[in-house]
Amino acid sequence: MRKKKKIPTGQIVLHILFLLMVVMYIVPFLMVLSISFTDEVSLVRDGYHLIPREFSLSAYKMVFSDPTQIFHSYRTTIIFTAVSTFLAVVVMGVMAYPLSRPNYRFNRPVSFFVLFTMLFSGGMVPSYLLIVKYLHLNNTMWVYILPGLVSAYNLIIIRTNYKSLPVELIEAAKIDGAGELYICFRIVMPLCKPVLASIGFLFLVNKWNDWNTALLYITKPELYSLQYLLQKILKEAEYLKQLAETGQLMGGEVFPSESFRYAMAMVAAGPVLCIFPFFQKYFSKGMTLGGVKG
Amino acid sequence: MKARVKQKGTASGRVARRENFHLNLMVLPGILLFLVFNYLPMAGIVIAFKDYNPNLGILDSPWCGLKNFTFFFTSQDAARVIGNTVLYSITFLIVDLIAGVGLALMFYNLRSRKALKFYNTVVILPRFMSAVIVAFIVFIILNPSYGIANQVIKALGGSGIQWYMKPGYWPVILTITHVWQTVGMNSIIYYASLMGMDESLLEAAALDGANKRQQTWYVVIPHLIPVMVITTILALGHLFSGDFGLFYQVPKDVGLLYTTTDIINTYTFRALQNGALEKSTAVGLFQSVTGLLLVTGTNALVRKISPDNSLF
Repeated sequence: MRKKKKIPTGQIVLHILFLLMVVMYIVPFLMVLSISFTDEVSLVRDGYHLIPREFSLSAYKMVFSDPTQIFHSYRTTIIFTAVSTFLAVVVMGVMAYPLSRPNYRFNRPVSFFVLFTMLFSGGMVPSYLLIVKYLHLNNTMWVYILPGLVSAYNLIIIRTNYKSLPVELIEAAKIDGAGELYICFRIVMPLCKPVLASIGFLFLVNKWNDWNTALLYITKPELYSLQYLLQKILKEAEYLKQLAETGQLMGGEVFPSESFRYAMAMVAAGPVLCIFPFFQKYFSKGMTLGGVKG
Repeated sequence: MKARVKQKGTASGRVARRENFHLNLMVLPGILLFLVFNYLPMAGIVIAFKDYNPNLGILDSPWCGLKNFTFFFTSQDAARVIGNTVLYSITFLIVDLIAGVGLALMFYNLRSRKALKFYNTVVILPRFMSAVIVAFIVFIILNPSYGIANQVIKALGGSGIQWYMKPGYWPVILTITHVWQTVGMNSIIYYASLMGMDESLLEAAALDGANKRQQTWYVVIPHLIPVMVITTILALGHLFSGDFGLFYQVPKDVGLLYTTTDIINTYTFRALQNGALEKSTAVGLFQSVTGLLLVTGTNALVRKISPDNSLF
């Protein structure tokens, strides 16, 4: 309607701006990759560069020379990410359904109960004491899974989406004799797959990236989450040395402490980078934030 | 079952009751989780008014009035920590609005769908990286011996800067890092709203002789105001708190930088680590109460000025 064949200058300017942004966003990640493949001696001599001056695999050899800790962290992270994402989508997907129904008797009180958690919270210490002193969830897998499983924000997004479905759909199903649970699982949830997928994916990424839970509640190394392990490596030179001693040093080689960190970063962030493009298409569709008003 | 549904009137009360029972059952697991992990900690707030002793537990520890609050608010740290938190919150609020709307407009004006998708994917990438990875990336640039920034400075003939020892640079570093990390995801909310805009409005404006800039200023931006208002109300609720990941990981918890990088959240975390539970709770309560007042206050104000734009 409004376009002609030749590209107008406005579009060219836009593309240039965007390409500059792409450089700002892609180069840092490429740098991490490049440093992880650079020889330690060359790193110390030449500093960080986009293209390795001297290519080397020793950082990765080091990372995998004693893979026990990485294996434990990977296993822990995969388990709690998968379990909590599944539970979150099911619990919130089901809970949002009654809240999307205007004729549900307790709609208003339950909505208020949920929304109030957005406005007020007990804070870090009471939660900490509850989890450590009363529920004894510290140093267990559950501390990664249960707190924060349901959130008001996500519930509102899902509920808004359910509400956009035609009411006739639910009424027709009822006339055919379908129960509420059946309608929710077989009709409403499948129809709202985009929003459930995007909420689920965001949840999954947040769990994968979880480092602060371990910071507060985990002292057993085999239950360290991957990102917590990574932040220990970034921050604590001591911890790095300790790892160096447990791993076998290869015949007189320098311990690649610089490149080692970045190799670990690649190992920890890689999976998200790989699955991310597949979920991206849901975002602009699914994330329309409706008002909180009922 | 079918038969019962069909005889409306007589059995409808029973049907409605059974329906409500099922619906109640469906909200139950969620309610329990909210109850345990959101509402029970609210009861723990009493610690803020107690001289907490781990051996006595929460209930039996002696009351101490407002001592924990006065301890924090009369300390030297309070002014610094509260000041930092509020200044960062306000800066981020303004910068996020401008950058988010700006980027959404750039997306909106881009004609090539394929390019749009690619650029979009790239800019939301950092949202999927943990604060730890972001800290790594900042470290690549600022590492005093090997970092890019110092390489450039040295190439230009200057001498390298010890970034992790100079607090003066950090407000800028943290703001840039924050925008870099969040602008992509922020812009999506605005862009999604623009996708729902009636394009005939733009055509009508064009017919009336509005140029591109006027169209943007008088048609597109007003369309975004409701979303901008909601994000602002929500952001104001966080005026006294900040992104713990950004402020804890990116400056690497370096004590020398605290004058410009320490916010309430990092401060209370350290208090918790040092075992000052009751003081940390008091500061947390201060954050929660101010947050509640700010959200309801701004919302009431917005509702008075333009009821359609209020959050609730």
